[in-house]
Amino acid sequence: MSFTNLVRKSFSYYLRRTYPFKPVITIPRYFHNSAVRYAEVQPSLNTLTEEEESIREAVAQYAQKKLLLKVTEMDEKEKLDPEVLKDLFEQGFMGIETESEYGGSNSSFLAAILVVEELAKVDPSVSVVCDVQNTLVSTLFRKYGNDYLKEKYLPRLAKDTVGCFCLSESEAGSDAFALRTRAEKKGDYYVIKGSKMWITNSAEADIFLVFANLDPSKKHKGITCFVLEKEMGVKVAKKESKLGIRASSTCTLNFDEIKVPESNVLGEIGKGYKYAIEILNEGRIGIAAQMIGLAQGAFDSALPYLFERKAFGNYIGEFQGMQHQYAQIATEIEAARLLTYNAARMKQEGKDFVKEAAFAKLYSSQIAEKAASKSIEWMGGVGFTREFPVEKFYRDAKIGSIYEGTSNMQLTTIAKLISQKYKV
Amino acid sequence: MTVLKILVGCKRVIDFAVKIRVNSARTAVETADIKHSLNPFDEIGVQEAINLREVLGKDKVSEIIALTCGPSKSQEQLRTALAMGADRAIHVETSKDQTLEPLNVAKIFKAIIEKENPNLVILGKQAIDDDSNQTGQMLAGLLNWPQATFASKVEIDKDSITVTREVDGGLETIRSKLPAIVTTDLRLNEPKFVTLPNIMKARKKPLTKFSLQDFDIDVTPRLETISVTEPTTRKSGTKVDSVDDLISKLKSAGAL
Repeated sequence: MSFTNLVRKSFSYYLRRTYPFKPVITIPRYFHNSAVRYAEVQPSLNTLTEEEESIREAVAQYAQKKLLLKVTEMDEKEKLDPEVLKDLFEQGFMGIETESEYGGSNSSFLAAILVVEELAKVDPSVSVVCDVQNTLVSTLFRKYGNDYLKEKYLPRLAKDTVGCFCLSESEAGSDAFALRTRAEKKGDYYVIKGSKMWITNSAEADIFLVFANLDPSKKHKGITCFVLEKEMGVKVAKKESKLGIRASSTCTLNFDEIKVPESNVLGEIGKGYKYAIEILNEGRIGIAAQMIGLAQGAFDSALPYLFERKAFGNYIGEFQGMQHQYAQIATEIEAARLLTYNAARMKQEGKDFVKEAAFAKLYSSQIAEKAASKSIEWMGGVGFTREFPVEKFYRDAKIGSIYEGTSNMQLTTIAKLISQKYKV
Repeated sequence: MTVLKILVGCKRVIDFAVKIRVNSARTAVETADIKHSLNPFDEIGVQEAINLREVLGKDKVSEIIALTCGPSKSQEQLRTALAMGADRAIHVETSKDQTLEPLNVAKIFKAIIEKENPNLVILGKQAIDDDSNQTGQMLAGLLNWPQATFASKVEIDKDSITVTREVDGGLETIRSKLPAIVTTDLRLNEPKFVTLPNIMKARKKPLTKFSLQDFDIDVTPRLETISVTEPTTRKSGTKVDSVDDLISKLKSAGAL
């Protein structure tokens, strides 16, 4: 029998054994084609396009080389350095998804996620400034603004003006729609009266997206989104002195009968509550990105130490106890990252991503806290001092389970969505 | 003043921050799954071309072209150059295992230069992987063009170029006519961070590909690498208390 006959026989035999159905062709040299036909390979979750890789690289270069030098000072002074803010605008990080006709970087949601993640690896405070500007403020304008508002505000937001998202109040956090800020219509303008609390970016902002209730009798269906500018009379009151993300300003805002022209209503009257819910779903993925960046930053700060410090004759990183600990944390960070990237991709695909965004934010904030805590432990006494960056990551991580939807709210959301599948 | 058409050489090298290891066959440094980036001296070269355009004005610099010879992934480095501000890119694609020696790279560059006719060619003084420091000089020889290597300052005046060179004895300033070859040294400029809008714009800039077969150049290596080993680990020394002690120790070690 010729050699080719022998080979042919053994291949058909093999194919019949491994495939449940008879393949169309059994000749050896077609084996590869038939294999490919039955299983098309999709890219892995952490695959980025070449463009996304260049974006990540560019942000990492800026963050590691320039931003890193300012981090400690900003944390101690509890103030965002104006130079850093200028850099963020110049690098195009403040209008990532904004179209180039409005002066933005014309990039994608995942690019924004990557920028937030890479910045957070170095400074989570600066990361949140960038996150709020992009995923909350700019996106609200892009999604619900008419041409007048888009042309007026998007270029400013991309080029040189900080914006902030004003929903929470002293009596309305998780129960956001219990907000009490009122708006009253008077001819061709509205009068806004009330006060907001816990507002990120408020000390640096000139543009304020304020959610006020136009008609409390309609409960949350009276909530409307108004675009305010500082010069209209917005007063920045108490700046909070915080445990972490200290360089990011968190202030109380007072609106003392501020006149807002009716052209500054964002979207439709009474739809504010809907816009807030939808935008926070996206913003959630941004916070997840900040948290995974924080976790990785803490981890990367601590690991080299494990191979520099010796105890009992060995590098501490070589003890099995330590190995198991950092392997566990590395696994969890990777899982959190994949949850985040997947939620971002689902949003880009136009799929329903509410549950996945909640998964990502919930888990990333938990893992960030854990990773930062462990990173201090691994470094021992030096990790506890302010000379090393890990203690700052530990303080910064705590906010992750609180803002943009507390962990309890995320759990409630996830439970509600999951139970729909099992209830009769 | 003559209008400049600048060609900048780029090379894909292992990123300077990576901790390199020798591969198991001990024939080369391990390159699989390792971060690569644009050779730092080439980055300085691209930045210099952009700085010249800013100083002289857009009407005095007609085009900045980035050129690389390397495997398909070298495209990423061209995208970096485009994002920094180059106008278009040329990629001479080689197979992944092809070793390119400086003389052969210079021959390929010469072929491209004869097609494109730039009047200023900027190369990095050396690549950080092989540290050859030969391509610029060889290219000048092949083209019979003047060369100004180890540049720490470049100025253009009418149709001549004034370059300050960093040499062992100090700084040397030379002037030459165009066209010329310049190779960059560390202190020539500080490359700026690439901004996001520029990365997005770089996608639309033209990138032409050639393959080695398009050129009638013999690229067989003239050198054979026999082995690559890591440097021996530094042994600890001893402290001595006095000069006499030092002398006696040196004598017993046979150094005196």
